[in-house]
Amino acid sequence: MKKKSLFIILLLAVVMISACGEEEERTVTLLTHDSFWISEGVFQDFTKQTGVTVELQMAGDTGQLLASAILTASNPAADVIFGIDNTFLQRALDAEIFSAYESPALVHIPEEIQLDSQHRVTPIDFGDVCINYWIDSFDANLPVPENLDDLINPKYYGQLVVQNPETSSPGLAFLLATIAEYGEDWEAWWEALKNNGVTVTSGWEDAYEGEFVAGGGDRPLVVSYASSPPAEVIYSEIPINSPPTGVLTDTCFRQIEFAGIVNGANNQESAEALVDFMLSERFQEDIPNSMLMFPASVNAELPQIFSEFAEVVETPYMLDPEFIEENRNDWTERWTEIVLR
Amino acid sequence: MTLVKKLRWVALAAIPVLFIGAFFYWPLIKIFSHALGGEEIEDFKSLLFSGSFHQIAWFTVWQAFLSTVLTMVLALPTAYLMARYSFRGRRIFQIVTTVPFVLPTVVVAGAFTALFERFGLDEGAFRLRHTVWALLAAHVFFNLAIAIRTVSSFWSGLDPRIEEQAKLLGATPWHIFRKITFPRLIPVLAAASSIVFLFCLTSFGVVLLLAGPTRATIETEIWRQAIWRGDIATASSLAVIQLVAVLAMVLLMNYLQRRQAVVENRMDFVYEKAPRKLFAGNIFLLFVMIGLPIIILFESSLTVGDGYSFQNFASLADRVTLVPVSAITALKNSLLFAFVATIFASLLGCIASFVVVHGRRWVSNLFDIGMMFPLGISAVVLGFGMLISLDAPPLDLRSSWILVPIAHSLLGIPFVMRAVIPTLRRIDPSLRESATLLGASPRQVSRHIDFPIALRALSVGAAFAFAISIGEFGATSFLPRNPDRLTAPLVLFRLLGAPGETLRGQAMALAVVLMTITALAVILVEGSFFKKETIRSDF
Repeated sequence: MKKKSLFIILLLAVVMISACGEEEERTVTLLTHDSFWISEGVFQDFTKQTGVTVELQMAGDTGQLLASAILTASNPAADVIFGIDNTFLQRALDAEIFSAYESPALVHIPEEIQLDSQHRVTPIDFGDVCINYWIDSFDANLPVPENLDDLINPKYYGQLVVQNPETSSPGLAFLLATIAEYGEDWEAWWEALKNNGVTVTSGWEDAYEGEFVAGGGDRPLVVSYASSPPAEVIYSEIPINSPPTGVLTDTCFRQIEFAGIVNGANNQESAEALVDFMLSERFQEDIPNSMLMFPASVNAELPQIFSEFAEVVETPYMLDPEFIEENRNDWTERWTEIVLR
Repeated sequence: MTLVKKLRWVALAAIPVLFIGAFFYWPLIKIFSHALGGEEIEDFKSLLFSGSFHQIAWFTVWQAFLSTVLTMVLALPTAYLMARYSFRGRRIFQIVTTVPFVLPTVVVAGAFTALFERFGLDEGAFRLRHTVWALLAAHVFFNLAIAIRTVSSFWSGLDPRIEEQAKLLGATPWHIFRKITFPRLIPVLAAASSIVFLFCLTSFGVVLLLAGPTRATIETEIWRQAIWRGDIATASSLAVIQLVAVLAMVLLMNYLQRRQAVVENRMDFVYEKAPRKLFAGNIFLLFVMIGLPIIILFESSLTVGDGYSFQNFASLADRVTLVPVSAITALKNSLLFAFVATIFASLLGCIASFVVVHGRRWVSNLFDIGMMFPLGISAVVLGFGMLISLDAPPLDLRSSWILVPIAHSLLGIPFVMRAVIPTLRRIDPSLRESATLLGASPRQVSRHIDFPIALRALSVGAAFAFAISIGEFGATSFLPRNPDRLTAPLVLFRLLGAPGETLRGQAMALAVVLMTITALAVILVEGSFFKKETIRSDF
């Protein structure tokens, strides 16, 4: 029967594809999240320098990336993992999925973002989660709010949209910002915010593209990134000279993304070379345009659109990763009780 | 049966068993044993008796139940029209009712949100946004297709003369429906609603985006526990509970379907022209339920700044800096995956259907139920299961593209089976008997009778398998992937995931292209199989 033979051919194809996995040339596998991308040619330069090819694997968002990495710890699929940030860092360290490597390129990286003293992870880039505002919605009568305190002012009733910290990474970062600011009193602030008509969505897409003015909604304040305004310029349909949105720089929580060499990596040497390369200027300077994040290295020059429109946040909120990991579930549960019930 | 025949039979049945065993049950066993070994049993108990779990479970079940009832009730008029009457634009009806099915949930949620805004339903007394009603509407939108297609294809095979006689004897239309038509429809209603129910039970994106952040179903809770809390044990416990619920559901439907299976002479009667009122009523119904969200989608794909243009479509070939591949490349990937997945699903689904219909009772039941399960399992759990089970030779597929079409075909097989089984069951035994009497060998019987008849039903199933694969988002997003192999729905999600008008416009254009491709595929698949008289011409 034709049907049967066709099926056998397909089955053989499956087996053959799986058998072809072993390749002669040296490769290093980089596992990362879906938001990772780097310009064409950057990894090719790495191959030219070292003879090692980078094989890219993606595994959803940061939470999924970390969960996959922990699940496959006994038989790791990757040599290097990039994309776990400070809000999830401690969970990764506790699960012992990374091995220590102190890159010589770390001399160009500011001390304050090197969060692991044992160098099991290396900071690659950072960004700030901040309230964005739609410039045209504010004027002399209704000035732009400045800080977290202003947001609970009745003047701004019903204007803010935030994400659920239980299902969204900027949502969690913003909750952490308020905890960093108010300490024990954060619950009272959120209660006041709830009474001030805050809207909650499950994810960033729904908030920014649905509720925020930029996406056709009618709320002029949204939790997003400090790099969102330059993105509005880059991806504008009609070329514009300046972004229609701005950033409240006193509401920001800093997210730092790390790379780490996987415990039991097949290619230790190539993995180390890749981490070094990710700290090189070639890679670092490509980060802003490709991923809308800031490079970790002080040597990296920012592209014009970033130096012009991206707000550099001088004193963002930060919390110790260990402190976050210890309390996150309690915080988000309390938050759910206060804001959603 | 001789030994050779028996062996052949076993070998045939073994193909789907091996496939679903290796790619579904083995990963599940691995993840459950990984997460639930030993002391977690206590946690399992405390989870089962916790208040928040009861709340989530209750919401999950009643929204799925209500969605299913609504879908089936709204599907009946159109199924009736398509089963019993001829009318112009029949093909368009078929396409329009199939298309919603393929749309990625992100897009549908976006379309509904835009729709609510347009009609002022996003705030105030008639707020639909972030309510259960939005969720129900979206579920009807998605599932109407399955219901209409499956029911009408079965209905058209029922002998209409019984109804006509009843009418001559003075029965009212309602009476005829209740006493004659409805009882005969029960098997297909059971089949269709079981699939719809499973879909609503395990739906994920729509719940997150449309029902708002306060509502959780078991499926979204599994995701939250596994991804956000890193608590695979709780996620797996929830998945086990979900699976038990699915099993109960499938058993019930299986019973209904079997008990009521009717054998009737398939009628090739001449279709009457559809009464104008019925036709117009159906057009209106479909316009509201399916048309409006799609029109909104078309509009937003053409919106550029304050005007309209095709710019968004033209830019689909360009790679945006944030996304690894261009939309066109992603579409090519999706087409390839969908093609492979459809082949897998059709072959395996046909073999499995054959086993269900002609196998011994227990084998038949086992197949029928066992192949349905993939529809009821959480995509997160299956994705993670594949990750830790298919990681060593001979099945080291973690980084292989074939994993995506395999996962898609797991979801497509039940559709093929739902389409093929009722038709195979209904084949008139006298047809087979007379063939045997006339000297046909059993193989000739299946080749000349079962196969051609099944093929027609298969075309419906295959079209759905294709549509599922091309629009699938959940399971795909939980599988590891190579950036060059991103599918169109994944790229679409990435496009929506960054600020900027052009990205949003491109995403909408991509959604429209996805929709169009599905429509074309449905025409192609059904067109090539839809030769009406295959059954009779052989005799």
